[in-house]
Amino acid sequence: MSEKATIIVHSGDLDKIYSALIVANGALAMGMEVSMYFTFFGLLRLKKGGLNKGALSKMNMLGIGKRMIRRRMKKANVASLERLFADFKELGGKVIACEMTMEIMGVKRSGLNTDLIDSYGAVGTYIKEARNSTITLFI
Amino acid sequence: MAEIKLDVRGETCPIPLVEMRKALRKAAEGDFIEIIGTHPASKLEIPMAADALSVKIISNEQIGNEWKIKLQK
Repeated sequence: MSEKATIIVHSGDLDKIYSALIVANGALAMGMEVSMYFTFFGLLRLKKGGLNKGALSKMNMLGIGKRMIRRRMKKANVASLERLFADFKELGGKVIACEMTMEIMGVKRSGLNTDLIDSYGAVGTYIKEARNSTITLFI
Repeated sequence: MAEIKLDVRGETCPIPLVEMRKALRKAAEGDFIEIIGTHPASKLEIPMAADALSVKIISNEQIGNEWKIKLQK
């Protein structure tokens, strides 16, 4: 069995979603299995049309900073979150949505991008995989 | 044995690695994969990934600001 990486995506900030997906894709590309657990504000990025809705974690300035960073990313030819997510799924990455967050935030399955989600779980699912992982991150 | 060509010139982190991995997954045992790119870190990291995946590195050359890496599954 190959090595495993598990990532908790707690933040919904644009830059942190980028970091999480880039690390996840890198790990898959280098032969690891990867599971991403979307919880709290991270879970909101799995809502229909929600992937790009996050603010910047710093210097957002009511969206001016975000627009500036997105422009610079485009210029540097950084891949879109949609592409990174599609690559993640194509390379066999797994997405777990936190059920408790869904309850707290009033998010129904029908409001989520269900085609991206492999399963719905809680902390036990995370620990079960994290205890056998060589990399585990909280983003 | 097929030879698969990948052009990731202009692409940045993590796309060259991801495209390499996608091609490797589709390739058959013994197939060659030739990747051309410009992202500087990937010139070092594609061979790292190849090692991790037990894939043979046939060549790795730099021509101007482009690199060309050849792998065999």
